[in-house]
Amino acid sequence: MAGPVAPPVEPRPSAWGGLNRVLDTPAKRGAAIGLILIVMAVAPMAFGPYATVILTNALLYTILALGLNVVVGYAGLLDLGYAAFFAVGAYSVGILTTTFGWNFWATIPVAIVAAAVAGVIIGTPTLRLRSDYLAIVTLGFGEIVRIAARNLKITGSASGITGIEQPWLFGWHIATPTDFYYVFLALTIIGILVSVRLSNSRLGRAWLYVRHDEDAAEAMGINRVRVKLAAYVIGAIYGSIGWAFFAVNFTAISPESFSFKQSTLFLMAVILGGMGKIPGVILGAFIVVLAPELLRDLGSFRYLIFAVGLLLIMLYRPSGIWPVRSAK
Amino acid sequence: MTLTTLLAQQLVNGLVLGSFYALVALGYTMVFGVVKLLNFAHGDIYMVGAFAGFLALSLVAGVVGIGWLGVAVAILLSMLAVGFLGVVIERIAYAPMLKAPRLSILITALAVSLVLQNGVLTLTNGQIIAFSPKLGFAGINLGGVFINYKQMALAGTAAILMLGLEMFISRTQYGRAMRAVSVDKDMSELMGIDVNRVIAVTFFAGSALAAAAGTMAGAYYGSIWYFMGFLIGLKAFTAAVIGGIGSIPGAMLGGLILGLLESFGTQIPGIGSEWKDVFSFGVLILVLVFKPTGLLGKSEQERM
Repeated sequence: MAGPVAPPVEPRPSAWGGLNRVLDTPAKRGAAIGLILIVMAVAPMAFGPYATVILTNALLYTILALGLNVVVGYAGLLDLGYAAFFAVGAYSVGILTTTFGWNFWATIPVAIVAAAVAGVIIGTPTLRLRSDYLAIVTLGFGEIVRIAARNLKITGSASGITGIEQPWLFGWHIATPTDFYYVFLALTIIGILVSVRLSNSRLGRAWLYVRHDEDAAEAMGINRVRVKLAAYVIGAIYGSIGWAFFAVNFTAISPESFSFKQSTLFLMAVILGGMGKIPGVILGAFIVVLAPELLRDLGSFRYLIFAVGLLLIMLYRPSGIWPVRSAK
Repeated sequence: MTLTTLLAQQLVNGLVLGSFYALVALGYTMVFGVVKLLNFAHGDIYMVGAFAGFLALSLVAGVVGIGWLGVAVAILLSMLAVGFLGVVIERIAYAPMLKAPRLSILITALAVSLVLQNGVLTLTNGQIIAFSPKLGFAGINLGGVFINYKQMALAGTAAILMLGLEMFISRTQYGRAMRAVSVDKDMSELMGIDVNRVIAVTFFAGSALAAAAGTMAGAYYGSIWYFMGFLIGLKAFTAAVIGGIGSIPGAMLGGLILGLLESFGTQIPGIGSEWKDVFSFGVLILVLVFKPTGLLGKSEQERM
């Protein structure tokens, strides 16, 4: 049978992938990053309010995709229930600010701890399992969280939580779409920096090792369950913070935002651009948000295009769109 | 309604539900046994089977009517068509990936699932379509427990299909080849077994069973839509895991157990039907944690 033969997926040596080869000096790299930052900083003024909202959304997706990338790209675990984690963060913030009248900033540590605990609860029993079982279990967990959120009283049942107050920061009321754009821009930058540091850290190397050969990693003294658990928890924290800010931006939380479909969107963002590579993941997140905007006329057909695109990527470019060749 | 008749009624409901789960779980377990692939798209193949059955019924309605005979013909046609679809999917999407890392093939399977789902979504505009053959509501009353003919036909058909599969696997040459490949693929190839053909037969059989289940589910519940395969795919996987993934009798047993667990579980005070799915995923997680090999699965040291 004639068909594409998938080359083995070679994980990139660096989280930056081929970008290092194009931008081979620190000066060029600095210039590129500076240029992107300037464009992003003036974007709300330059492109108008509609684009600001869309870009804010793209930044939110970037944060969440970076978090999922830690789980899928760095540690090599397929997580199909990522939405469960950011549901935990969003609901912690939503419930504490509305029902208990907490200050938004005080709820963030709670959201982080809750997400980390959720990561441990989901991870501990499942991370010993084969990777394909893990995928299904995370899927099941995602559904459990969504169904629970839809049926519990404290989470506002099917209508979710509304009337979440927009936060103040040192006398600045973060309220307009432009305000939130800059908040998300700052969060994204922090998220990228943390991701870079992680991939270069001891833990990052342990993930790389476990992803390549779990048994050998274990023989070398890496505690694979603990290392994977760390990926889960970090991914959960990214999701939790990202969606907590989305909740105050939107001032509402709906249980249906935490569906399987939502989880697959983030997974697509991670895979389209290239698992494990930060520029690729950012590119993927922007494609996932911007492509439906550009293809809006196509209606539900655009989801089919997405799905076919994902399939073609897996068959012909399993390491993502970002044009890289690994240096031997 | 006394407690006994209530429980007996739930037993009937559980067996009907369990038959669906078992038929779909068989496809999961067969494919897993032969190519060690978790076919995420299997629930969507069930969904496509329901639509194929619907189309087949509207095509043959003029000749055989839309009664029992029509549904039987529709089931057969749907099994045939979707069986081939399964083979095509395997050839296009899975065959090139079988040697790729597990993460890639899992994502490929997910992509296939999304393609099927969104393909049907686009074709049907996401609408719920009424699938209502004329099967009537008659049935028999056994001491207060009402069983309608649809339920009996459904459980009966499921039993016949499973029996047929069991015979196919234990008695025929292809069945023997399938068992050999699931034990050791490379060695089977050396022994002269055409592994690719065995894989194709496996996908055909698994998809055809899912299509039968899909068509029957459509006719039984009276409606079909593009997302109907998602939950049952998860549930059937749960059933396959309960029985021991890779084990054919295990999938049947697991399906029936899960069906019964669900129909009795939702009767426990405090667990309403809205928690039904939470209940089954809870079971899945517990089984995976405490007995990952399932009830009838072989215990083997699996490389991660």
